[in-house]
Amino acid sequence: MRKVNVGSCLTRLHDLSAGSVVFDGRDITTLSRRQLRPVRRDIQMIFQDPYGSLNPRRRVGSIIGDPFAIHRSGARSTRKAQVQELMERVGLNPEHYNRFPAEFSGGQRQRIGVARALALNPRVLVCDEPVSALDVSIQAQIINLLVDLQAEFGLTLVFISHDLSVIRHVSDRVAVMYLGRIVETGRVQQLYELPRHPYTRALLSALPVADPDLADSQSGIVLTGDVPSPVFPPSGCRFHTRCPRAEQDCVQSEPVLAPVLDDLPDHETACHHPLAVGELLSDSQPSIADTQIQNRTDSGRKSR
Amino acid sequence: MTDPPPTEVHDEPSAAPEHESRREPAITARSPWVLAGRRLLRDRVAIVCLVVIVLIVLLAVFAPLVASITGHGPNQQYRDTGLSPDGLPRAPSGEFWLGTDSLGRDILVRIAYGARISLLVGVVATALTVTIGVVVGLAAGYLGGVVDTILARVIDVVLSVPFLLVAIALVSIFGAGLLNTVLVIGAFSWASMARIVRGQVLSLREREFVEAARSMGASSARIMFVDILPNVLAQVIVYTTLLIPVVIVVQATLSFLGLGLPAPTADWGGMISEAQNYYTTSWWFVLFPGLALLATTLAFNLFGDGVRDAFDPRAEGLTRGWKG
Repeated sequence: MRKVNVGSCLTRLHDLSAGSVVFDGRDITTLSRRQLRPVRRDIQMIFQDPYGSLNPRRRVGSIIGDPFAIHRSGARSTRKAQVQELMERVGLNPEHYNRFPAEFSGGQRQRIGVARALALNPRVLVCDEPVSALDVSIQAQIINLLVDLQAEFGLTLVFISHDLSVIRHVSDRVAVMYLGRIVETGRVQQLYELPRHPYTRALLSALPVADPDLADSQSGIVLTGDVPSPVFPPSGCRFHTRCPRAEQDCVQSEPVLAPVLDDLPDHETACHHPLAVGELLSDSQPSIADTQIQNRTDSGRKSR
Repeated sequence: MTDPPPTEVHDEPSAAPEHESRREPAITARSPWVLAGRRLLRDRVAIVCLVVIVLIVLLAVFAPLVASITGHGPNQQYRDTGLSPDGLPRAPSGEFWLGTDSLGRDILVRIAYGARISLLVGVVATALTVTIGVVVGLAAGYLGGVVDTILARVIDVVLSVPFLLVAIALVSIFGAGLLNTVLVIGAFSWASMARIVRGQVLSLREREFVEAARSMGASSARIMFVDILPNVLAQVIVYTTLLIPVVIVVQATLSFLGLGLPAPTADWGGMISEAQNYYTTSWWFVLFPGLALLATTLAFNLFGDGVRDAFDPRAEGLTRGWKG
């Protein structure tokens, strides 16, 4: 399961092949379309591509008013006022009510998507890479908007992204996925500072550092090899083909999420050989990993 | 680690920070329709055709006026003034502007009344065709699966039916008449429209805005008609304008074959059919109804071409590029 699919499964856009989605103590995995309707009010989604997720042939006012119309919420007469209030709340000019999506910039379009998602006062907002299609300068505005709205409406955000800096900025809890499996999850502070899983550690080390002096001192860990096919994932731990700490047991059994060492109970790692505090990934002596891969990792580090 | 982005949020310049007044938008949105309309207005051929169509519509609407100006009823036979001593139609003159037919009736008045039939059938049968075609196309394309399989096969079957033969058979079974003509045409010409719509819907249903609508809990019917239909409407309109002349010709064909309206009623196909035996002696008898039919279908066809060009900005962009 790709991370994006997690979002569409949470909102039941796609059917699940395994597992379940529980919302508010209720299993919504197998609800029919009809049964799902009231649940949809509470779980709304923001899409990745603000150019594709707005109907090009419909006016912004009617796009944002869609949730009201679909759920027959509020009188038709007050709908325009409601929509304009939403537009104002997300930083759009309510006078642009009658415009078409094509008349807005990418950032504004994403605001339209946010306004639409907020219309029914949802409790959970699934954000599927909401800023990855936007310019960096606009990303900050949308993220801050989301953070503000989260505080204002008491929302739960499920924020799906590959951008580690953004995640650190918006998240309370983080789950790291590799090849369709959650490999580590925990509070943002602890996960970023004390990553236990080798993959998390490698991922974090790939973040660019603004200070060049500091960048020198941080040794980057370059993972080599390609990501294996998710259709035929490797046996055991899915990361073992690229993990410098992999040992024989990693090939044989798949690790489960569990608290490691003296971590907080909600910091869980799926790894047979998690990193200790302060332990560097480059210190590891792999027992089974390809030596060639290890050599390349070394030379990659030297060239920095 | 990168710093969190700046907290001050200012929107893109076009969204003014202050907007206390909530009046109607000062800037009216230029919808794709408005843009297409403007392109259409710049198309001289299309405008000429539109004028011709309007004139024919006016002729049909004011047919009684034409009758009262000339002083001739549409089915009245002027055996003394309208026929030559040896019983042949009269050539155009001050009395009969477009001549008379074999029964001494005024051809101009009959063309005016015939326009009513042609346009009525053209519009009603096309509307029926388009409605069936759009609904079937939307259902097949969006619902997919078994529905699509069945509907697509039905489309194939209907397309493979030899229309004129079946129409002749049906009209002779159920009797000639306006309603039957419309129903027969509607029942057999929706398939190509359905195929066009289905093809469009197949690609549109994969778009993210459809997924967005589903995530909001919209019903299939709502997604088909509110979200997808507006996106295929341009193609539907283009095809509709091109369908009207076809339907008019089909109706005239049925009339020509004697399967149109009962005898005294004036309609173009029937008039041409009556003129068959007189074209060597009375050229006006076949020419004017024929011209009326030709002008109407040609005007609709060229106008349809104009509409298609107006709705396809890509083609326009290409020609612009070539012109430099």
